[in-house]
Amino acid sequence: MSFVSIEKITKVFPGGVRALDELDLEIKDGEFFALLGPSGCGKTTLLRTLGGLESSTSGTISFEGKDVTFLTPGARNIAMVFQDYALYPHMNVLENISYPLKVRKFSKEEINKRVTQASEALSIQMLLDRKPGQISGGQQQRVAVARAMACTPSLYLFDEPLSNLDARLRLEARTFLKQLQRELGVTTILVTHDQSEALALADRMAVMDKGRIKQVGSPAEFFHKPANIFVASFIGSTPMNLLDGLVNDGKVVIGSMTFDIPEHASTARTGDQVVFGVRPEYVSLVSGPGSGIASGVVKVTENLGTHYLVTADCNGILVRGTAPDGSEPAMGDTVHLKPEPGRSLLYNKTSEDLY
Amino acid sequence: MKSKTMKGSRAARPGNSVLGKGAATAFLSPSLIFIGIFLLIPAFWTLYLGLTDYKLVGIEALNPSFVGIDNFTKALNDPQFLSSLKLTIIYVLGSAIFGQALLGFILAWVLNELSPRIRNIVELIVIFAWIVPGSVVAFLWFAFFNNEEGTLNAILGVNIDWLLDYPMLSIIIFNIWRGTAFSMLLFSAAIASIPKSHIEVARVAGASKMQQLRNIVLPSARSYILTNLLLITLWTFNDFGPYLLTGGGPGGETQILPIFIYDSALRYLDFGYGSAIAAIMLFLNLVISLIVLRMSRKGKK
Ligand SMILES: Nc1ncnc2c1ncn2[C@@H]1O[C@H](COP(=O)(O)OP(=O)(O)OP(=O)(O)O)[C@@H](O)[C@H]1O
Ligand SMILES: [Mg+2]
Repeated sequence: MSFVSIEKITKVFPGGVRALDELDLEIKDGEFFALLGPSGCGKTTLLRTLGGLESSTSGTISFEGKDVTFLTPGARNIAMVFQDYALYPHMNVLENISYPLKVRKFSKEEINKRVTQASEALSIQMLLDRKPGQISGGQQQRVAVARAMACTPSLYLFDEPLSNLDARLRLEARTFLKQLQRELGVTTILVTHDQSEALALADRMAVMDKGRIKQVGSPAEFFHKPANIFVASFIGSTPMNLLDGLVNDGKVVIGSMTFDIPEHASTARTGDQVVFGVRPEYVSLVSGPGSGIASGVVKVTENLGTHYLVTADCNGILVRGTAPDGSEPAMGDTVHLKPEPGRSLLYNKTSEDLY
Repeated sequence: MKSKTMKGSRAARPGNSVLGKGAATAFLSPSLIFIGIFLLIPAFWTLYLGLTDYKLVGIEALNPSFVGIDNFTKALNDPQFLSSLKLTIIYVLGSAIFGQALLGFILAWVLNELSPRIRNIVELIVIFAWIVPGSVVAFLWFAFFNNEEGTLNAILGVNIDWLLDYPMLSIIIFNIWRGTAFSMLLFSAAIASIPKSHIEVARVAGASKMQQLRNIVLPSARSYILTNLLLITLWTFNDFGPYLLTGGGPGGETQILPIFIYDSALRYLDFGYGSAIAAIMLFLNLVISLIVLRMSRKGKK
């Protein structure tokens, strides 16, 4: 069952910025959903529109089949965690966590029970009588999550809640967010800039660009089968090889190199302008030249920890591959790069979509 | 000496600034000298005069003698002084606290909900009202309240001599009109400084506008509110403006303390008595300031 259903939502800000452009999206019950995209693509706007903090120009939003497009934020039974945490400096941690409950007129005992529960789940029970100014960034983030959690809403909206944390705290917070979401089973939408965060946390995710969804799917699908050139170039810790070529007689011709047409691209016809894509992780160094192998001179090598990213100049075309740590080539060496069969992707250059 | 320079090199410790003590004193001394000449000396001079029977004319003008606290005891037993004090309190409560501060806050709160363009226009108009010189404003209000051809009577279609029949109300309205702009601008800044997300958390929780105001806006704007109350209370307490409208009359009904001092010292030429009352006012100002400062410090803890 889909919990959140967004139909043709458009948001035009006064001044004419089209932040959301006839966007459609379905989010399932209990799902951890991540929203990714370049800065300014409309992620925050989408989240705020879902929360009722921003009214849409047109389109409908429903929760559990019920139209909520015109409901006030308070009537939507949601909880939001903001990027700046939005903790009240004049209230201590306890008062901060219980504030939404007080507004919702819960009884004293119920508030106490929930605050205790939430603060124990997030191990902040010893901070309850401190002010936000007296706790660390990571602790503030936990308080903000505890405040959202104590409400037991039917939908969580998280706008980059981890972006202010340092790398290590972020990893911890990530794990614990995932655990928490699993335990509570509350549908969660997380906006993030960090792909590894999205890949690690999300059951499903979406990549947005210019107010539209470019692809929806599982993290694995994004990694292995980006649906279009935009997503292919956006996702991945190392930039994907995206090489312009031409289909000729069952092969893809890129400059002086030829590759087999990937299996999925059976509809590619001779004469099609295409983009051949393969992740550097799936391009390895082989001993000699041949068909389906790119030969060139090493321009740059970058240490990625367990392996090296090797960029080679193959007659004016840059191709990236990886070599295990210890067997990396030196700059200026001639190398032969072979994409792993079954891992290459072919995009139509005009439509920019995967074949 | 050595340890001092070492401490000084550790940047920005409170009381141990980048500037040396000498340089800091040098920078401060011009303003300290001016404060001394123009504020402290007159204040102590007033105190001293309050202890004498100094008159502007006559024998005592040439040779004032020391009368101790006579002037002060006279004031505390003077029904005219006590009534003037009462009028001043009414004037401050009515025009500063309930008028300027409350109205200013409501205006700022309402403007905050409107579009930025309307907000800018209103703020511009309000600032304009604020920068008009007091004497011009007094003249305008004199015309507004006028019995014969006054604007207010024309609007209401009545014939009331406002300055005679409702003198206190008139000067309160006059001062509200003149001072609300300041409070409104200060509160606008206070409201604008509250992060949007703070209000949004409350909205998502379902808080009404009143709850948002009470639980978030007012506590967040606390220090602004106290600063504002301190300033406008002192300004209004010491305000001589109503003299331009009513001259303290009719029958002393608007004879607030500054006017009472003026009358005592310059109309009845009793400088000693006027100075004593001025000293009492100084003391009251001090008390008000201390109370408000106390309150704001308590809030910080
Ligand atoms: N209140 C507003 N008024 C006008 N334009 C706005 C407003 N809020 C956002 N925008 C514009 O809408 C577009 C989408 O903004 P949004 O904040 O949703 O982006 P985002 O994807 O969250 O970006 P980021 O990753 O940088 O947070 C941007 O072009 C932005 O400039
Ligand atoms: Mg954003």
